[in-house]
Amino acid sequence: MATAKDRAQAKAGSGLNDDIGEQKRLELYRTQVVLREAEQRAYDLFLQNLVKGTSHLSLGQEAVAAGFAGAMKPGDLSFCTYRGHAHTLARGVPVEKVLGELMQRDNGLMRGKGGSMHLTSVDHGVMGSYAIIGAHLPIACGAAWRAQYKGDKDVSVCFFGDGTTNIGAFHEALNFAAVWKLPVIFVCENNLYMEYTPIGDVTAVPQPAADRASAYGLERILIDGNDADVVYRAAQIAFDKARAGEGPSLIECLTYRQSGHSRADPAKYRPEGELDRWKLRDPIKIYRERLLQFGVAERVIADIDAQVRKVVDDATEACKAAPPPPLDIIATDVYADGGWAWRN
Amino acid sequence: MAELTYRDAVIRGIAQEMSRDPDVVFLGEDVAKAGGVFKATVGLYEQFGPLRVRDTPISEQAILGAAMGAAMTGLKPIAEIMFSDFFAVCFDYIANEFPKSRYMSNGQVKCPLVVRTGNGAGSRFGAQHSQSVENWCMMIPGLKVVAPSNPRDVIGLLAASVRDPDPVIFLEHKSLYPTKGEVPDGEIVDTLGTAKVLRSGKDATICALALMVPRALEAAEKLKAKHGIDCEVVDVRSLVPLDTQTILGSVARTHRLFTVEENPRLCGWGAEIVSIVADEAFYDLDGPPVRITTPHIPLPAADILEDIVLPTPDRIAETVRRSLQS
Repeated sequence: MATAKDRAQAKAGSGLNDDIGEQKRLELYRTQVVLREAEQRAYDLFLQNLVKGTSHLSLGQEAVAAGFAGAMKPGDLSFCTYRGHAHTLARGVPVEKVLGELMQRDNGLMRGKGGSMHLTSVDHGVMGSYAIIGAHLPIACGAAWRAQYKGDKDVSVCFFGDGTTNIGAFHEALNFAAVWKLPVIFVCENNLYMEYTPIGDVTAVPQPAADRASAYGLERILIDGNDADVVYRAAQIAFDKARAGEGPSLIECLTYRQSGHSRADPAKYRPEGELDRWKLRDPIKIYRERLLQFGVAERVIADIDAQVRKVVDDATEACKAAPPPPLDIIATDVYADGGWAWRN
Repeated sequence: MAELTYRDAVIRGIAQEMSRDPDVVFLGEDVAKAGGVFKATVGLYEQFGPLRVRDTPISEQAILGAAMGAAMTGLKPIAEIMFSDFFAVCFDYIANEFPKSRYMSNGQVKCPLVVRTGNGAGSRFGAQHSQSVENWCMMIPGLKVVAPSNPRDVIGLLAASVRDPDPVIFLEHKSLYPTKGEVPDGEIVDTLGTAKVLRSGKDATICALALMVPRALEAAEKLKAKHGIDCEVVDVRSLVPLDTQTILGSVARTHRLFTVEENPRLCGWGAEIVSIVADEAFYDLDGPPVRITTPHIPLPAADILEDIVLPTPDRIAETVRRSLQS
């Protein structure tokens, strides 16, 4: 578990102050509510067999996605895992596009050709969701290499879970990024479970990402991933470092996956009471209290909640009414000429 | 016109493309300051500098992943994997990432990159540094797969690969690096998906790739000189896209088909060609198509053993003769 020093570091950024400002806080709140409502809806639609295949939710982890997206500039790039709905939505991709892809409709983000695990919206800087654990860390390095080579000021941000820290590509990418001093930020969402197994049962160090940082000459950064203000501040520091040409950061965000691993997993592997304890630290609950502390009226918060719910309701209806993808896209975009021809 | 080694043609091909386009960058293990383990990248670091020609750690996943991220966002990377056998430790990128990103994203993501690699046997390196892995790549939708047999094609096909908007696996044959060939002066740009008839003949078509091409040509000369058998030799050059028209056209003239493959037998590219010819030109054939391959075994290290398992000019010639005269 986290050491006393870690707890101190984790709390350090959460003190009340007005460095963030009301406008940004309302944005961070709204983003978290969008993620919560859209993903809760995705779960309900899965149970109705309207979301097909699989689905990996980030319920309870919204502060990480919102905090980082809030600190990004247009042009910054996100690289996600199959648990990527939240990060995709946080960059402003419309709820209808995401739910449409999960429901395998023609209005989906990739018209049903990718599915829930591969959400991609290049126009929003979402450079893909990768379903092979660890694959996207080196890819994010490559995008950062391009920025470094061309003198572009964008930063690549790579989100992954605690389980990713035990695969080879994680270690290759961390070393590579450090040696090349790349403008990339590695964000580990430690939600305590590698699929169904507690991460502590299969990892040699207590903090799967933070405790590895020193191996790559990086600062050990462990933060409270359920407080969007803390995440936002840590993200800003890492972005500033990357844009200044000072290289990569590895940030471990302590959080908790309130949902199961995938589909309708009831997560019976949790110890009794664990979920309830974490719900006391629910990121949206924390942030609602934060807004009230800063004097935001309850009515303003309720308006945001209602607006978001309407967006999600409307998106749901639009997706239900949308047709499935047409058959003529089966063999398009295999190659750059738009087709699939492998012979003459 | 100048005589150039296959190795020097690699250098000239990369230099030609890097000179043309500042977005072409090159990375790999030992490729920069050391000039490559096969000395096939000597001088590029000095010519193009440390920002464009970069040494990497021994991290094949990082090399291919970084190439992909750079390609997705606007560069045209050339990545080197020292030995093609090492594809096995970074196969995620070759099998899952490069070739599927465009399709899965409904055309949003592009991946214009080239993976160069030392492929093939003949160096007595044993089973993990000698394989011919073209078939590992050929079976994956979304990739292009190229294997030149001579210095001129190295330059022309490498240029075509770098300029191609899709991910290309570029297989250089390790045993061909010291071989020489005539290369015209000036820029050379070839076309992917084009086979070449290197020798005309009327009695049989022999399709070959990379190191098997000079061996097939030598076999054809022996067959003509000793037995009066006149073979047409087709250098397949590109497995994807595959120039089936050149192969079908040749079979229509000769009525017999042989493939010469360095890879182990099962699921070799020759099987695909035989299948296409059987489907589409069955009535052109005067006899069964025959595949000449390495047996389905790991490659042995000892020279006397390795020499026996690879198709040789004598084995090719003898197989063709027996088949035509039976």
